Amino acid sequence: MTLELAPIATVAGKEFWDRIRSLWVLAIALLFTVFALAIAYFGGAQQGAVGFRSIGFTIASLVSLVIYLIPLIALLLGFDAIVGERERGSLDLLLSLPITRLELLLGKYLGLAAALAFSTLAGFGLVALVLARRLDLAGLGAFGGFMLSSILLGCAFLAIAVLVSVVASDRTRASGLAVATWFVFVLLFDLVLLGVLVVGGGKTGGAALPYLLLLNPADVFRVLNVHAIDDVGAQYGLTTVFPAELAHDGLLYATLIAWCIVPLAVAAWRFRR
Amino acid sequence: MNGSNHVSIESGPAVDVRDVSRHYGAVRAVDGVDLAIARGELFGLIGHNGAGKSTLFKMMLGLVRPTRGSVRVDGTEVGGSAFRAVRRRIGYLPENVVFYDNLSGYETLRFFARLKGTSEAGCAGLLDRVGLAHAARRRLREYSKGMRQRLGLAQALLGDPHLLFLDEPTTGLDPEGIRDFYAILLELKDGGATIVLTSHILAEIQQRVDRLAIMADGRVRAVGSVQALRAERDLPVRIGVDVAPGMLVDVRTALGILPVDVRETDHSRLEIAAPRALKLDVLTALTAAGAAIRDVDIREATLEDLFFGEGNP
Repeated sequence: MTLELAPIATVAGKEFWDRIRSLWVLAIALLFTVFALAIAYFGGAQQGAVGFRSIGFTIASLVSLVIYLIPLIALLLGFDAIVGERERGSLDLLLSLPITRLELLLGKYLGLAAALAFSTLAGFGLVALVLARRLDLAGLGAFGGFMLSSILLGCAFLAIAVLVSVVASDRTRASGLAVATWFVFVLLFDLVLLGVLVVGGGKTGGAALPYLLLLNPADVFRVLNVHAIDDVGAQYGLTTVFPAELAHDGLLYATLIAWCIVPLAVAAWRFRR
Repeated sequence: MNGSNHVSIESGPAVDVRDVSRHYGAVRAVDGVDLAIARGELFGLIGHNGAGKSTLFKMMLGLVRPTRGSVRVDGTEVGGSAFRAVRRRIGYLPENVVFYDNLSGYETLRFFARLKGTSEAGCAGLLDRVGLAHAARRRLREYSKGMRQRLGLAQALLGDPHLLFLDEPTTGLDPEGIRDFYAILLELKDGGATIVLTSHILAEIQQRVDRLAIMADGRVRAVGSVQALRAERDLPVRIGVDVAPGMLVDVRTALGILPVDVRETDHSRLEIAAPRALKLDVLTALTAAGAAIRDVDIREATLEDLFFGEGNP
């Protein structure tokens, strides 16, 4: 079956402009900006230091924020993408038009991903502008990488959210499933791995641990942003056990991209049935 | 109606359903249905809730895949890759559709026009046609149910479709809206469009459809025009007679040996159910009763009689 771009663009455009018009994008961008500036300037307050310290420290502090916030925002953004249309009664109408299920799914995903990416870029981009005169080229590059990986993290959880919206029978279940997904990936996953490591005295599953971390986009994001920062890596628990041979930016970015594609592919397969 | 849309019309029925079934586990939502809807026909699909008409409707639109059998619309197998082109020529109004509250009426039509691949230039005209020109820029959250239904019809008319599927289309419309709605349907029909609609307001349908199908338990129990179905079923004519006080026996005597069913509903009224062939004989007998009769009303079998008769054999 051929894929037509026009219906995908139409659905994506609607989803994107809906978020612009509802001020969702503005609100999220402001949220990112305020949190990021607060962290950049007050992140070292516990150590008695206030003010911008270094880009490495700032990124490391922002990772802690982003890893909780962006997955939650992405899941809440996408959990009703399909099930919402079904519950509203408009899904049948959409599918009676010259648009395939895959095109509808892609349009929804791309529009929401664009809104999320736009607010992430706007929010953190403003921070980059504020910090620009304190950063050298390498620092700007590092912050650019942080923004890119933040967007990919959001897109990965958005793909999971779209899968949830296809699988769930109603919006209530979908919202519950979305929150449970956040809980598992952001809170539970690392705790379970740490538990296994501690109970086994570091001998059980130790070698497999770095590969298991790749099964969690939040951990991939964390490793991607923290592994190269010498003075903060040790503060990030499991990421310290990540071997250098796996800690390649290319591999980690590819893993995040795979996390965007695979849930979406499963969603498309499930939606066609 | 855009004539160019009708150039590609192929011969054969507009909708051709052959031995179609749809099973959900042990439940047979649609079971072995054969149906052909002619081009230019205004066709009604009626049945109780759960009779299978919505599932059949969705199979005609390619929204539900048949477990068995085939559905062809406009000469094309439903659901295949070639069906995308047919979808551009189809208009569909689902039952109880809820549009996007954050969009205006005009924006809603523009969105669906883009998805349908048709010109956005006609959106304003369509809103005018369904009586919503004054509310074109208002958000749908401010629309009444009737206004939303009118917008749904405007959406279904995008791209000058020559095949319309309308599911309970008059739900929420006031009498004026219903009259306007059917006026538009007649215009479309005069332009050559094929229209398939479902309705629970049977009295409303029976005056308007060319033919109808009655569904029960997933099967089509009867197909034809209302007149043909009446004749085929030989449903009795019902005659109500208001009788002068104390004259009931006289009227019964006047009806004599006619093989009709006579019931007293109170002390001064009789309800007569007579075979159609005896309608005139009954009236002649009542005329002979003279002063004993105060008033007579005659009711032909309605679609409800056919419908509930079929649904409850």
